[in-house]
Amino acid sequence: MEQVNKRSTGTDLVKRGLAEMLKGGVIMDVVTPEQARIAEDAGAVAVMALERVPADIRRDGGVARMSDPSLIEAIQEEVTIPVMAKARIGHFVEAQVLQSLKVDYIDESEVLTPADDAHHIDKWKFEIPFVCGANNLGEALRRISEGAAMIRSKGEAGTGNIVEAVRHLRSIRGDIAKLTQADSAELFEWAKRLQAPISLVQEVASTGNLPVPLFCAGGISTPADAALVMQMGAQANFVGSGIFKSSDPARMARAVVEATANYQDAALIAKVSKGLGEAMPGYEIDKLEVKLAERGW
Amino acid sequence: MTRVGVLGLQGDIARHAFLLKELNVNVVQVREPKDLDGIEGIILPGGESTTISLLLRANNLDEALAEKIHSGMPVFGTCAGMILLSSKVLDGRPDQLSFDAIDLSVRRNGFGRQLDSFECDLKLESDFFSDSAQHFIRAVFIRAPKVEAVGPKVEIIAYLDNQGERIPVVCKQESVIVSAFHPELSNDSRLHQLFLSLL
Repeated sequence: MEQVNKRSTGTDLVKRGLAEMLKGGVIMDVVTPEQARIAEDAGAVAVMALERVPADIRRDGGVARMSDPSLIEAIQEEVTIPVMAKARIGHFVEAQVLQSLKVDYIDESEVLTPADDAHHIDKWKFEIPFVCGANNLGEALRRISEGAAMIRSKGEAGTGNIVEAVRHLRSIRGDIAKLTQADSAELFEWAKRLQAPISLVQEVASTGNLPVPLFCAGGISTPADAALVMQMGAQANFVGSGIFKSSDPARMARAVVEATANYQDAALIAKVSKGLGEAMPGYEIDKLEVKLAERGW
Repeated sequence: MTRVGVLGLQGDIARHAFLLKELNVNVVQVREPKDLDGIEGIILPGGESTTISLLLRANNLDEALAEKIHSGMPVFGTCAGMILLSSKVLDGRPDQLSFDAIDLSVRRNGFGRQLDSFECDLKLESDFFSDSAQHFIRAVFIRAPKVEAVGPKVEIIAYLDNQGERIPVVCKQESVIVSAFHPELSNDSRLHQLFLSLL
């Protein structure tokens, strides 16, 4: 065994392993080191370093890009938990930059303006793990085939409205349940319909799960929202505007952390929801000018 | 059937539960003090130690679990679990909970950030494994803690060779076992068997 102690980095197990460690937790969008500190104090398992939360990106319009590296570094300095950052869809140079900054996870995100309208990043080329959004099972499996080590349901970021996250989770979990009932011949037709590799379709059919963890994002703005998506099969939550656009971010952050970890305990969710103040302002989906979840191919 | 708890607040709970079930153990997810009743041992899984620490207090589990551990109930901690059980934590948060159950000084994220996470083969050095033809284990280190000092009562079960420096990565002191890596990620249940032998 001369191979003992020989280290391999960036393997599937190492990439997906960090996602396993984040399960049951909350990953919070933060735009300053002070917010990152509030998030860690409240029990966040990781933070997403951004220049603007999705609600502000939606309000401001224009092209949204990777954050300034100096902001990401300042947030890395401030907290001990993992720090994630977003790259534009298809923008592999932004991803290379984020890898050089040693962020812990890269989110190839529809919240930023896509850089490529046909291709996502070849994520196998990176040692840093990627998370990608998905509206449905086919999109999730395409992202996994490109190397994503975690999937998050997209929801509709920056709206404070949970309805799209619920729709996407129901779609992903529902199609997984149907796949487990399909016979082997039907799986080829499923692969065609999902526009996904047959090998991944067969794997999901036999295990009843995605090959990587499934988290939820987009629209979570109360402790009850967080518990709702956990009961529907999400394994952890990304909360963007929902924390720092609420009236008392520190309390909201702590309440969402407790509700995510104890998602089946209605009495506890009631307790942490008492007197929380205003949640972020919400929007109806059919009144939106831009639907971020439609980005991704 | 033996009843064993897995601390079920945050982290890779399911993989530990899966390995224990394969070993014919009745698994209880421990989320509140009453879940500790009737269990013979407990696993503290990997996750974020700061988050697990906060949730232990929020769910009023910190003192009840500390009492069980200090009364000698066997416990096995991986990664964040190792941090929670060690007597001294470096680079942690000042308010971070410590059960002070094994005489180790550990540095959080001592190997670096995720880019420095890795897997490798390691040799298990314990009489417990002497019957086993295969002494090697696939060890997955994820933003892992690094042991920097070891007390006199601690037995070292596996080392990692770090450019000539031998870093203890699996340690045991009486009824407490800790691992800096994740045997549950590589589906290897031998450390779980060692833990069950203490029950």
